[in-house]
Amino acid sequence: MPGSRKTSSAVRTTCPYCGVGCGVLATPDGEGGAVIGGDPAHPANFGRLCSKGAALGETLGLETRLLHPEIEGRRVGWDQALDRVAGGLRRISQVHGPESIAFYLSGQLLTEDYYVANKLAKGFIGTPHVDTNSRLCMSSSVAGHRRAFGADVVPQCYDDVEIADLVVLAGSNAAWCHPVLFQRIQVARAERGVRVVTIDPRRTVTSEGADLHLPIKAGTDSQLWNGLLCWLADRAALDWRFVGDCTEGFAAAIAVARAASGSVADVASQTGLDVSDVETFYTWWTGTDRVVSCYSQGINQSAQGTDKVNAIINCHLATGRIGKPGAGPLSLTGQPNAMGGREVGGLANMLAAHMGFSEVERNRVRRFWGAPNLAATEGMKAVQMFDAIAAGKIKALWVMGTNPAVSLPRADHVRAALKGLDLLVVSENVASNDTANLAHVRLPASAWGEKDGTVTNSERRISRQRTFLASPGEVRPDWWILSQVAARLGWAGAFSYRSAADIFREHASLSGFENDGARAFNISGLSRMTEAEYDALAPVQWPVGKDGAGTERLFADGEFFNTSGRARIVAIKPGAPAVPTSRDWPFVLNTGRVRDQWHTMTRTGLSARLAVHIAEPFVEIHPGDAKALGLGQGTLALVETEHGSATLRVMSSGNQRPGALFVPIHWSGENSSAGRVGALVQPITDPFSGQPEAKATPARIAALEMSHFGFVLSRRSIAARGLAYWARSHMPCGSVVHFALDAWPASWEVWSERLLPEGERLTYEDERSQQYRVAVLSNGRLDAVLYVAATPVLPSIEWLKSCFALSEIGPVDRRSLLAGRPVGGADEGPVVCACFQVGRKRIDAAIAEGACSAQDIGRVTRAGTNCGSCVPELKRLAASASQAALPEAAE
Amino acid sequence: MTTTMARERLVLVGNGMAGLKFLEEVLELAPGRFDITVIGAEPEPAYNRVLLSSLLAGEIAAGDVTLKSRAWYGEHGIVLKTGQPAVALDSARREVVLADGVTVPFDVLVLATGSNPIRLDLPGQQLSGVTTFRTLADVADLKAAAGAKTAAVVIGGGLLGIEAAYGLARRRVPVTLVHLMDRLMERQLDAEGAALLKDALEARGIKVLLQAQTRAIHGEGAVESVELADGRRIACGLVVMAVGVRPNVALAATGGLQIGRGILVDDRLQTSVADIHAIGECVEHRSGCYGLVEPAYEQARVAAAAIVNKPVSYLGSVLATNLKVSGVPVFSAGDFEGAGAEAIIVRDHGAASYRKLVIRDGRLAGAALVGDTGDALWYAELIRTAAPVAAFREALAFGQAFAEAMG
Repeated sequence: MPGSRKTSSAVRTTCPYCGVGCGVLATPDGEGGAVIGGDPAHPANFGRLCSKGAALGETLGLETRLLHPEIEGRRVGWDQALDRVAGGLRRISQVHGPESIAFYLSGQLLTEDYYVANKLAKGFIGTPHVDTNSRLCMSSSVAGHRRAFGADVVPQCYDDVEIADLVVLAGSNAAWCHPVLFQRIQVARAERGVRVVTIDPRRTVTSEGADLHLPIKAGTDSQLWNGLLCWLADRAALDWRFVGDCTEGFAAAIAVARAASGSVADVASQTGLDVSDVETFYTWWTGTDRVVSCYSQGINQSAQGTDKVNAIINCHLATGRIGKPGAGPLSLTGQPNAMGGREVGGLANMLAAHMGFSEVERNRVRRFWGAPNLAATEGMKAVQMFDAIAAGKIKALWVMGTNPAVSLPRADHVRAALKGLDLLVVSENVASNDTANLAHVRLPASAWGEKDGTVTNSERRISRQRTFLASPGEVRPDWWILSQVAARLGWAGAFSYRSAADIFREHASLSGFENDGARAFNISGLSRMTEAEYDALAPVQWPVGKDGAGTERLFADGEFFNTSGRARIVAIKPGAPAVPTSRDWPFVLNTGRVRDQWHTMTRTGLSARLAVHIAEPFVEIHPGDAKALGLGQGTLALVETEHGSATLRVMSSGNQRPGALFVPIHWSGENSSAGRVGALVQPITDPFSGQPEAKATPARIAALEMSHFGFVLSRRSIAARGLAYWARSHMPCGSVVHFALDAWPASWEVWSERLLPEGERLTYEDERSQQYRVAVLSNGRLDAVLYVAATPVLPSIEWLKSCFALSEIGPVDRRSLLAGRPVGGADEGPVVCACFQVGRKRIDAAIAEGACSAQDIGRVTRAGTNCGSCVPELKRLAASASQAALPEAAE
Repeated sequence: MTTTMARERLVLVGNGMAGLKFLEEVLELAPGRFDITVIGAEPEPAYNRVLLSSLLAGEIAAGDVTLKSRAWYGEHGIVLKTGQPAVALDSARREVVLADGVTVPFDVLVLATGSNPIRLDLPGQQLSGVTTFRTLADVADLKAAAGAKTAAVVIGGGLLGIEAAYGLARRRVPVTLVHLMDRLMERQLDAEGAALLKDALEARGIKVLLQAQTRAIHGEGAVESVELADGRRIACGLVVMAVGVRPNVALAATGGLQIGRGILVDDRLQTSVADIHAIGECVEHRSGCYGLVEPAYEQARVAAAAIVNKPVSYLGSVLATNLKVSGVPVFSAGDFEGAGAEAIIVRDHGAASYRKLVIRDGRLAGAALVGDTGDALWYAELIRTAAPVAAFREALAFGQAFAEAMG
């Protein structure tokens, strides 16, 4: 049991961020925190951690946590909260039918939590409407896998990127989004000369680590890969035996490919790439047996995401380069447990354990669960689900561990829809976020470090997330909360779990239940684990055989899970962004992550260290476009689409293609005035996967005239709302607000006094260049600093941040507070010679170096050589020094 | 010393700080060239007038103010006459007449007669206990009066008045500083800097009354109170008038030299009469009179060079004021008000510090510093050289080291 674990030694667990799923060693400090290190024994990372993972220890504080159940914002006991949830669900189900209830889950949940939620909804409440933020992340990969392989299977493992001779990264900024895997690739590149090709409309840190970068036009990946299929065929590089024996659909696929992208010239013109770059890529790919094609959100988050996935897989199937060491397609998952969610059926179009809604499968699951109300059909996928909420068809929604008011496309519409629900239940770690703030019932869920269970990473590897911290307040695991509600609804027997291991065993059993090998996902070898064995479970890749052994790769044998047993090579039509740009909306808006933040920053935002990298929401734009539109570096821009708008800091960069914009996904209403990129993203989805096209929304951008730019660093949070633009981030001992004003306050003094805490004020004012700076001290300690200027060029805040750690600001630092960095020049001490501004310390130094009269001192320092009024004091200083020196001289 | 052919007779009237600096310069430039006679009105040889408030405050001893001993004059062959005011100048006959009737002939004459403190013509100004603050004798009077710990009123909130008030306050004399204007040191400080200075002085026990005009001094033989125009009366046994000085031109006038506010001099510090030069607070150069030691020293250097026929010119001084002894560092230079110009202002009232830098046409035009006068010299230099400051404008208020580090 968690409670009995010794807290002084390191606990092996798994990082809660990206899909790499790195092993972490957490050593509790006994005070609610922990020292974090990489787990050298974990096969995903072998001890490495990225910046986010390494900063996990800084995100364990309880300041922002939800610690008690709340109804309508008031603290209540668990019984009351659970009664309210169960009562609400029962009433709504009775009045409007079970299908008026929906669950919106998260790739952050543990497999066990996911399993219980899915079982409760689909088996007992009887609603199929269970979807997850994984829909936004890799559902196109799921659909692509299922079309090609007949199952949602990633054929490869991470080792392959090290064994390969060519690694392609398509639509992936792995350097920032999957940093540890990227490091493994880079080490292999340095040591073995592995070639790396990146395909991305943006030039990124990832492409800097590549041998070839293809800055592809948004939405045209299918043409590039179709062209490769043709090139391979033309150069007799296909594995005809594999194509003939193990696949189907090649003829149609190559015909469609040839029709549109048969020549390199065609491909180049369609993709906006140089002919020579395309040829280089094709030549390398053709000539390299050991090639791994990794793909991520740039492929998935598209209205043709599934097609793009299949266009990539097609090339691997046609060459038989699949499931082999160093050869195959590799989907890089965004979240730590997106795959675990897929396994339990957390997506609306899956039932459970990789089973769908066929009568046979439903019957099987019904019997296994003893389910009284098994859902009949596929449920609504995320975007559809929230449209149904807006339309009033869904009356009750339970959100667990995710923030759809920020992250879904058309987020303003989503936020408005949430307000119309009869019952919004949110299970959360944090007390406040854009979604939780709208909830009728808030339930405090266990956070990373408190909860206990498993996650599955991008290479099908199931790892334990283990408890190493006591649960604070009244926080409970999600599975406990769900089971309690189930019991109140009358299903106590089916939800009588005592531990995460209980649930895992049931989940593992279901995966093997009546599984004659037709279902890839089978971990029944783990279904008989004892609590202790579960506790000690080493990372293992599914499928897991009866002997408990995992599986590194699949499909090298040419056996697939389609009914034919063959893999499907899918005919892929040329793609394009779902909505083309137009005169009114001339830019293509791309979205993505930045290196040091995760999702909506509810955790990474707590780390001061991670805020240093990028502290504000921004829009990256090609310098030519920026110039044409009068968008100066660091100024503010209004980015608009048909769906919403955002106010963002302009970052002009040659990494962007002309006509393209990039905006990060992390900022929310909690930490910015208008930085929610979700509000801009169109709700158009892939027809197979339902994944929204988040990387190609037509947009426009215009300069926002601001009168002033500034920042406030403060020990206590300031009220930023009301500023024309603001973005908040954390720093050690306080918070940072970057801001801009659209009008000049009548009085800087009055204006800043309203914004800042009371205290001793130091100010700097240059009216002409419109610079105003204030430092506020109390009891000698720095409480706040504000800088404002007419331009966005301001001093760096890093040195100022460090001043908040000082218990007392010394005389020299006092002035430096308004300069933004140490003013230099030694502390001279009190001025002795006013004419030449010679301080006591300089005079002492002159005496120490041998000056023994006022005249000597004057020669060295000029002190006393003008008006002479300090000569008496110089004499005294010289005399007292020589007296003090006497005993020494006597020795 | 061997007697040589008749050397030029150099007579210096005025043994103050400017005069002594001039002597030192001449001895340095042309040792032995002149027969030098120095005539001083005060009984003591030259002393450091800047230190009088420190002396009054008891921070230094009497001997500390002496600049050169009588022996030093002898060693350099200088005839020193003290306590002997020169009363007349005959420019044509090239001689100076002393109070005792002795005439002193000269080939070259340098006037360094300094200035006289202004005595307000108030009812009761003749009463015992009413004094000025200019000489060692004044300090002796003040020290005597302060010994009785009777309250004092200092009239005049300029540099001198503040220093007098500070000196008395240090002697635990209850002091009221009465100033006609709405702020202290109005010729050196803007309102805000002056307010900070006022606070700092009040923190040191000096009561400051602004916009306070003295109407009369009352007492029976000796001072008993000061009456202000608004009727207020301040009981006191001592009144110090420190309302300014006037160039002492009396002697020059007897010689027919051209006189404006002071003795008119050209860029070589020569008066309207050949071989008669004037330096220090008694002169008017290019319409300017200076009441500070630094311009006087510059003039002394130029005058010394001029009489030995070196090609030098004095083009005037940038006025930079240092308040040195009040315990509150104050620096002011150039156009510190900056009407119509741009100002950079740094305030740190907690540290009793204020900085105002006035920029005109991209150049530093003036500066006023209270509390923290670091970098004063740099500012003075920037004002004097009129160097463009736009490139380091943002660093300007934070001093030379910071600006240079900015590159």
